[in-house]
Amino acid sequence: MSEFILKARDLNKFYTQRSGRFGFGTTQIKALDNVSIELRHASTLAVVGESGSGKSTLARCLLQLQPLDGGSVFFQGRDLADLPSNELRRQRRHLQMIFQDPFASLNPRMQVGEIVEEGLLIHGLGNKDERYEKALKMLKRVGLSESDMKKYPHEFSGGQRQRIGIARALVLSPKVVVCDEPVSALDVSIQAQILLLLKELQKEMSLSYIFISHDLRVVRHIADEIVVMHQGKVVEKGSIQEVYESPKQEYTQNLLEAIPGQKRQAA
Amino acid sequence: MSKLLTIEELTVATTNALDRKLVNMVSLSIEPGRTTCVVGESGSGKSLTALSVMGLLSKQLVRTHGRVLFQGKDLASLSSEDMRKIRGRQIGMIFQEPMTSLNPVLTIGFQIGEPLTVHLGYKGDVLKAKVSELLEQVGIPANRAGSYPDELSGGQRQRVMIAMSIACQPLMLIADEPTTALDVTVQSQILSLLDGLKTSMNMGMLLITHDFGVVSDVADDVVVMFRGSVVEAGSVDQVLNRPQHPYTKALLDCVPDVAGKKPLKPIDYAWLNELEVPA
Repeated sequence: MSEFILKARDLNKFYTQRSGRFGFGTTQIKALDNVSIELRHASTLAVVGESGSGKSTLARCLLQLQPLDGGSVFFQGRDLADLPSNELRRQRRHLQMIFQDPFASLNPRMQVGEIVEEGLLIHGLGNKDERYEKALKMLKRVGLSESDMKKYPHEFSGGQRQRIGIARALVLSPKVVVCDEPVSALDVSIQAQILLLLKELQKEMSLSYIFISHDLRVVRHIADEIVVMHQGKVVEKGSIQEVYESPKQEYTQNLLEAIPGQKRQAA
Repeated sequence: MSKLLTIEELTVATTNALDRKLVNMVSLSIEPGRTTCVVGESGSGKSLTALSVMGLLSKQLVRTHGRVLFQGKDLASLSSEDMRKIRGRQIGMIFQEPMTSLNPVLTIGFQIGEPLTVHLGYKGDVLKAKVSELLEQVGIPANRAGSYPDELSGGQRQRVMIAMSIACQPLMLIADEPTTALDVTVQSQILSLLDGLKTSMNMGMLLITHDFGVVSDVADDVVVMFRGSVVEAGSVDQVLNRPQHPYTKALLDCVPDVAGKKPLKPIDYAWLNELEVPA
């Protein structure tokens, strides 16, 4: 097996937008324009960029949640598009996602225990008792207790809900986890807790993360490598140290200079 | 320097449980030409403090104690008619979400001109000229006055909000998380715009934020709030570099630094609960 667990080559994705008077015309928007990325085993690759740069589209396309208009995604050396649908479904347990909005991504009518067990059920892993045990163990690991399993999402704070989202993704022991802005809706104090939790879990379960974020301060703390996106294109990629200390592209430089909290240090 | 706005022992509670204090004995003051940042986590009472200054608390909330003095006048003693004359005229306000705070069916030119008509009686060509001037001031081409909010980007909408709030040259500006929803590059533009306006118009500014990076860039004074109370207040240098209160220290330890060298340390809330937070 190569050192790269997930590789994407020349991904293209277009959206058609209505334009012109009364929307009679159409314009093609290039959400992904020949994007190639490589994720190393058990490491974190950050994808940064401003709104509209295509980061979330990339996340969805990597997991085959949206059809691609071109390019291929290789997971452990196999092209996901070539897999028959039942095989793709089997592989999905290894490709999980943690979402940005912990308020919108949990079904309000399901108990937390059900939410976390659902993935196991769908993938046919274990019997009822085993699933319960697994879900419980995972929930405990992320800092919740057995009594929380019977509760509904609305009974939890934002940080706790994000923990539930993490438990739901990780209960399947995935290999690759795509985190789409997992801490941007949280207070700094909660953000620090969740970031540390993600880091610890990465070590314990040797997870590989794709970490989508617009916050360059957070990225610096969690990622090993970074991809900077702008208008659907990758403008720069490299190790965290390289990119932060000597950014080559003007766009990356501007982005780094705009991080708040630097003016006074410079003055 | 004389104080522009003084908040004395402000306490806000819910109407159905008066002992449930959401804002507890908060005191702070704002001087002309200076920016005071109020920082804290969600639910710490930052926004409620700002809303009670403007007399915009919802019906479920009530001020049970304390005074808000604007240029020495107690704002609570004013009739709603007089309060309306101050709101938007002498105290401008910018809200967090530029997407929802603008009226979608009115042009931005009309919305920027409205306070000018209402408070200063501007009309016709004078009004038009003033609106163009304001748009230029916040960095939007004057010919966009006929655009509707949905035709603008998030950053531009926030600029429109700023243009509206400074239209009547207020003495004070209250900005509640003005850049939270924006990209970093746009954020830095908006913050330097606000900072420039503060200096050129000698405005006092009350800026509410949860981002310590923003605080360190624009604040002169900082007030840290925790569970409805002020736990620490002082100059930006004092609070950020030599924090006294354990909560401020813990909160600062959670902030990821730009250099990525400092390890993150989450707040231990159990430990905080044992501390006595000054009421």
